[in-house]
Amino acid sequence: MGKTKSEILQGTLDLMVLKTLHAMGPLHGYGMARRIEQISEEVLELNQGTIYASLVRLLQKGWITAAWGTSENNRKARFYSITARGLRQLREQTENWERIAGVIGRVLQL
Amino acid sequence: MDAVARFFKKLWMLVTRERFHSELEEEIAFHREQQEKALQAEGMTPEEAQYAAKRQFGNAARLKEESLDTVGFRFESVFQDFRYGLRQLRSNPGFALTAIVILGLGIGASTAIFSAVSPILFEPLPYPQASRIMMIWYAGDDGSSVPQTFHTYREVAERSRSFDALAVMKPWQPTVVGADQPERIEGQQVSANYFRALGVSPALGRDFQAADDVFHGPKVVILSNGLWRRRYGGDSSIIGQPVRLDDSSYTVIGVMPRTFDNILAPTAEAWSPLQYDTGNITSIETREWGHHLRMVGRLRAGVSIEQARSDLDLIAHAPVAEFPRPSWVSLEHGFITNALQDDVTRGVKPALLSVLGAVLLVLLIACVNVTNLLLARGAQRRGEFAMRAALGAAPPRLIRQLLTESLLLAILGGAVGMVVAQFGVRALVALSPPELPRVNAIGVDRTVFAFALGVTALVGLVVGLIPALHVSRSEPHIGLQESSRRAAGGHQWTRRTLVVAEVALALVLLVSAGLLLHSLRRLFAIPPGFNSSHLLTMQVQTYGRRYDDDRVCHQFFAQAQDAVRQVPGVAAAAFTSQLPLSGDSDAYGVQFEGDNPQAAYPAFRYSVTPDYFETMSIPLRRGRLLDAHDGTDAPPVTLISESLAKRRFPDQDPIGKRVHIGGKVGGPMYTVVGVVGDVKQMSLALSESEAVYTTTEQWHWADGTLSLVVRTRGDAALTTAIKSAIWSVDKDQPVVRVATMDDLLAASAAQRRFVLILFEAFGLVALVLAATGIYGVLAGSVTERTREIGVRTALGASRGDIVALVVRQGMTLTGFGVVIGLSGAVAASQALVTLLFGVSQLDPVTYLGVIALLGGVSVVACWAPAWRAARVDPAITLRAE
Repeated sequence: MGKTKSEILQGTLDLMVLKTLHAMGPLHGYGMARRIEQISEEVLELNQGTIYASLVRLLQKGWITAAWGTSENNRKARFYSITARGLRQLREQTENWERIAGVIGRVLQL
Repeated sequence: MDAVARFFKKLWMLVTRERFHSELEEEIAFHREQQEKALQAEGMTPEEAQYAAKRQFGNAARLKEESLDTVGFRFESVFQDFRYGLRQLRSNPGFALTAIVILGLGIGASTAIFSAVSPILFEPLPYPQASRIMMIWYAGDDGSSVPQTFHTYREVAERSRSFDALAVMKPWQPTVVGADQPERIEGQQVSANYFRALGVSPALGRDFQAADDVFHGPKVVILSNGLWRRRYGGDSSIIGQPVRLDDSSYTVIGVMPRTFDNILAPTAEAWSPLQYDTGNITSIETREWGHHLRMVGRLRAGVSIEQARSDLDLIAHAPVAEFPRPSWVSLEHGFITNALQDDVTRGVKPALLSVLGAVLLVLLIACVNVTNLLLARGAQRRGEFAMRAALGAAPPRLIRQLLTESLLLAILGGAVGMVVAQFGVRALVALSPPELPRVNAIGVDRTVFAFALGVTALVGLVVGLIPALHVSRSEPHIGLQESSRRAAGGHQWTRRTLVVAEVALALVLLVSAGLLLHSLRRLFAIPPGFNSSHLLTMQVQTYGRRYDDDRVCHQFFAQAQDAVRQVPGVAAAAFTSQLPLSGDSDAYGVQFEGDNPQAAYPAFRYSVTPDYFETMSIPLRRGRLLDAHDGTDAPPVTLISESLAKRRFPDQDPIGKRVHIGGKVGGPMYTVVGVVGDVKQMSLALSESEAVYTTTEQWHWADGTLSLVVRTRGDAALTTAIKSAIWSVDKDQPVVRVATMDDLLAASAAQRRFVLILFEAFGLVALVLAATGIYGVLAGSVTERTREIGVRTALGASRGDIVALVVRQGMTLTGFGVVIGLSGAVAASQALVTLLFGVSQLDPVTYLGVIALLGGVSVVACWAPAWRAARVDPAITLRAE
């Protein structure tokens, strides 16, 4: 807990959720939260509840779908998967992100 | 497309909301369970794991709310807010009732006033393309608007290219005879294009045509819908049938639609063609060359009012041989052309605008007052808001909650306001001065309802905004710590500012009311020139061919006068051709022997029975009064008024001078036999009192309509007895316009009185609201400072000191309000100038009086809180800490 945690950038959580679903296939909310924390090596400070807000937003936009299924330990859980429109969005937003990150990186190296 | 899809998704959410909720909860529960298991696997105790999982998850309540916002409509939470707001109001009915009543009065009053003002000032007149309807006046030497002559109308109609239709009109008062009692009605004689100029046409039958409006043309009449239903049973077969008007037979050719609103003569119920002689343009002594016709025109499409004006100017300044003009119709100053709307509203505009301004001030004060109530209430609810914020309500959510509550208050207030407005409109119509146009259009209609709705919404937002911002700025933990025991100083400051504003606004209203009151007092202090108490007046008319004989006419009035004198309770009775302050205005050119014929004095002409002066108590200044010997065969004599005597004979004795009245060269010369006191004819405010008096028998002709004045003993209601006395002579003669002279006096200042009553009412409301505002702030402040007051008392402050402390605080607020209000009052009184009379708009007595009144009321408002403060027991308050 002694590590300095970074606050998550506004709007980037949606992108991370999309990418996680794209990479891992259907996941439930808890799994997704764990996954993102693991990948970030606990650098990101994540109120786990915000994942669900993000999921609701993405569902509303039609970029992901949800279905009730059974979890690893046989409990009822909701599994999310990315849709075709979500994939398109992911591609566009990834390109956009990389472009901006590149620009910011170059600027910071001045 | 996306937006539409999302809309339907959200709509679907309304149905499946419960499921959404339970699913989200289930997911959250699942998440926590998993997390706890994972944490326990890392070695935490179950309790530790549970706590950590909760913390890591964050605010679940806020998540649910935000999610709902994402997927559902905002108004879902608005419904929640409303339900919650209603619960809040129910939990504190005293507060709710006060706020609703205050807002209801404010909204109701402004709605009622708006409904009265809107058809006159804001709505177009009820005619097609009403903005194209113009009134065209003859421009007098002094720039006044003078009625047209018939031949001028003909010249304009012939030469002008700016109008689709031009028409002239004059009043007409036929007597309707039939199975029922004879009835004198109002009507108009109009040239053929009158209805076309207005853009209306009869609902039944046909409009006037050029062939109807010719000299000695057919006697035809168009009826109003009201007269047609009242007198002729609404029978459509009346078209083409004869009806009897004034002893003649007229053929009904049309009936106007029920919706026809005749702005130019609102009481007119029948129209007949003017039928003036077009062939007598070269003879000068004819009615066709008299200035007595109003002219109305409808602009051709595409012609602007400026183009019409320059067209008319050209006609005025380029006479043609075909239309010779006598000297008094030279058109030297051209025409005055105004849109009909401006023409009919000009007289009442200042009064209406000032009343509208006043009522908006009242509304503003009501809003400020309720804002203050809400702030006080907000202070009590600090704990609640802090709790909600801590439980996850985002600041925007709290602001919305508060705005919803204030909107709720405004809506309830608006509902009360609509009821108030209904009554208010009725009272307004009853109070309205006679010169108010379009009274029949005043009512709560769609426009008015929309106005009320708009005002309500605006009021809801305005009164809620400040309290809402206050809550959003406060820190929840402070609210929680303090609970609701004490409020922070910040909003006290806001509340004081609001009270200062209230006092300032109240001062503006009170000063305006004071100035108007003062004006009216001044006005009524002016002597009318006669004794108005116990004076009953009515108009007696004659109709029928046999009264065309002057002797029959004189005889009828003489017998009627005798009969009235016999009525018990009548002290004196007399007839006059025109009645002071009744709206009668009958003036003639007066030319004394040896005067330049061009320089005739206009003077009011009264033909009276000899005892008119005793009956009215008009004093004789010089010479003798008229008497019974001044009859038809006696040498013609006249009395002149004091101001005419002073003007024409400043240092001579007017007795014995000879004078033409009516300007007819070669007509009889009247010899002045006496001078009587001045009488106000048109209004108390106008000083024109030049007048000549003759006996009815010695006037050029017998007036068919005379006013009866009766001096009564005591207050007995004699109207019926007097009417039957007149009808005992001839039962068919109409008796109309019954009024006491005191009524006429009051009516002559009706517009000022109307404005005054409204300002007084508004001023009173403002005063009460400002006083409650001061009381509220001080009461709150005393509650907050209980501890401080306790300490002060413990340290030796006397009760007097404590009272002074509180009163000083209240009076400081009043003082600031007065200073700010004074500048507002000075500005507002500028707008009132046209309604003031005999009093400066900066009248120091009024200003000082109002300041004293406000000060006095403030002291009263301070007293209760101060008294409560003085009774604070230091032992109890200090122990309570």
